[in-house]
Amino acid sequence: MTAAILAQNLVRRFGDFTAVDDVSFEVAHGEIFGFLGPNGSGKTVTIKMLTGILPLSGGAAFIDGLDVRTEAEAVRSRIGYMSQKFGLYDDLSVLENLRFYGMAYGLRRARLQARINDAVARNALEPYAERLAGRLSGGWRQRLALACAMIHEPRILYLDEPTAGIDPVARRQLWDLLFELSGQGITFFVTTHYMDEAERCSHLAYLYYGQLIADGTPDGLCRLPEVTPAGTRRYGISTRDAGHARRVAAGVAGIRSTTIFGRSLHALIEDSADIDDIARALTRQGVVIDELRPLVPTLEDVFVELSERRQRELDGAA
Amino acid sequence: MNALRGFSAVFYKEMLHARRDRLALVFALMMPLMQMVILGTAIDTNVRQVPTVVFDESGVNQTDGAALSGTGVSRAFLDRLRNTDTYRIYRHVDSDEALNREMVAGRARVAIKIPLTFARDLMAGRQAQVLVMVDGSDSAVAGQALNVASQVGLDESLQRMLPGDARPLIDVRPKLMFNPDSRSPNFFLPGLMAVLLLFVTTMLTAFSIVREKERGTLEQLLVTPARPLGIMLGKIMPYFALGLVELVVILLFMRFAFGVPMHGNPVLLLCLATGYVFVNLTIGLLISTRANSQAEALQLSMMTILPSIFLSGYIFPRDTMPLVFYGLSYLVPATYMVDIARGVILRGAGLAELWSNAVVLGLMGLVILLLAARRFQRMIV
Repeated sequence: MTAAILAQNLVRRFGDFTAVDDVSFEVAHGEIFGFLGPNGSGKTVTIKMLTGILPLSGGAAFIDGLDVRTEAEAVRSRIGYMSQKFGLYDDLSVLENLRFYGMAYGLRRARLQARINDAVARNALEPYAERLAGRLSGGWRQRLALACAMIHEPRILYLDEPTAGIDPVARRQLWDLLFELSGQGITFFVTTHYMDEAERCSHLAYLYYGQLIADGTPDGLCRLPEVTPAGTRRYGISTRDAGHARRVAAGVAGIRSTTIFGRSLHALIEDSADIDDIARALTRQGVVIDELRPLVPTLEDVFVELSERRQRELDGAA
Repeated sequence: MNALRGFSAVFYKEMLHARRDRLALVFALMMPLMQMVILGTAIDTNVRQVPTVVFDESGVNQTDGAALSGTGVSRAFLDRLRNTDTYRIYRHVDSDEALNREMVAGRARVAIKIPLTFARDLMAGRQAQVLVMVDGSDSAVAGQALNVASQVGLDESLQRMLPGDARPLIDVRPKLMFNPDSRSPNFFLPGLMAVLLLFVTTMLTAFSIVREKERGTLEQLLVTPARPLGIMLGKIMPYFALGLVELVVILLFMRFAFGVPMHGNPVLLLCLATGYVFVNLTIGLLISTRANSQAEALQLSMMTILPSIFLSGYIFPRDTMPLVFYGLSYLVPATYMVDIARGVILRGAGLAELWSNAVVLGLMGLVILLLAARRFQRMIV
């Protein structure tokens, strides 16, 4: 079976700047593929290349086996795209937005009407059918945007930060909908900054300044040896002043690195070091330890660790 | 048909935009009429009643003490000048300095000095002199004022030289064709039609794409299978209809509110003007694909509209332009429309005389439309 999305050595340059640098990955049908990375790391540029609206500087991309460079039109009728800004016309009503996008995808007459009715019913949009899109609240705008992006029944959907600025309830509802649709075999390519959303994806990739530095399932990423290198283990240190604790920890032998999470410090401890010695060393320098326990790395640990490693490599190279 | 994919969708959407945006619609329809009223009633290019100051010295030596009232002959001469309707003598002064002052202050456009010896010389059959000073800062006024003064002088001379009932041997009978009364609205309004349409139609589309760029709907539109040419035409068509309505309104207004006679066929005028409306809409689109914001689109529109007006021959005759500008004027769509409008309305010209203008406009529109579609395709970054 061909992959839903296949990216092979994707490159996109803007003048001297390389926004996407030799990125390869494969997304299977029915997956929810989470595409993560800091702002400006090239996520949106990658999406634009995979939707066929931005030419590639190098490499190749196939959607459902179709080459985006040569079969852009066939690609476009198979994919749906919801941009960060939602792409709704504020001065058009809910029904008019749906009708416009349906027509733009070449739907006509009975089929167009059937798809509109279906989108309205599925997303519970009836009460707002005649309301102008500009007067909908964030959650409803997002629903309408998704309904518009799906009006032509695409098998593959790109959602660029679909939950940015949406309240938690609407976020939850969107994810429930994504799970339901992915169960029907629809593939989702989602970018997000929320770790709880990342954990719900079946497949994750992490883009760091144009380069792909992680690709796998959430569990697989958490078990990556780079995240918890051989000869180290991970501890959570709960304390009142995590900033102070981190400064102190930097000078304690046996602590390889630390990251702050709210009121606790996640530390990589060398296997050779005794955890009680370390606790004593910290306490001696005024760190009040409320709790000390071994940790399984979270996705956030994974991405922070990978980003820092990558940054060290980049700095070393420069 | 494939290249036009997306036309009906975009057309549907643009119709809705146009209907919702009442303000823009009112602006588009009313502004031209307002400008027409202002220009049609306020502008009179016929030079009349030019403020004139007179220093008549010719009566100073007379003994009756009426120093400033001149002599019979000088008064008769001034009356003749006044009767041409070109001069309005608003003041008599009694010195050269005062005469000068009026000119420098701008109160007088023309200053006439009749010297001491005027009446004496005339009576004696010698050549008498009259000084006519004209403010050259407005060339139309200056030219007219000079011509009329010379004409009156010449007439007066002839009559004095010729015996009683003799007539000049050559009688020139000028006939002002197409606009016999030399009414300014007749000349100005047909050209104004081209200018007003230029403003409205260019502006209508200049914002259309850049607006989508600003609101973030452009990329959403780009991932649909709609093709650039289909999108472009879909965006143009509603405004094309609006432009034609505008044209009809302007024509009706011109004919019935300002009484400009229609010598040719108004249906022909409408047909020829469709090409013009089309070109301007495509220029607006091209601007819209170039601009990064609506403010920039407005500036770019102004940058194309203003030179168009000056080069089109609407204000300054093209025939007197330097060669470079004369050549440039052929690239300006408004040039062809001004010619079409004046041709049909004033000269009663028909298809035989004007078909080439329409062809040029149509071709221009087509080329610019394709350019805009090409630019649109490359906009996505």
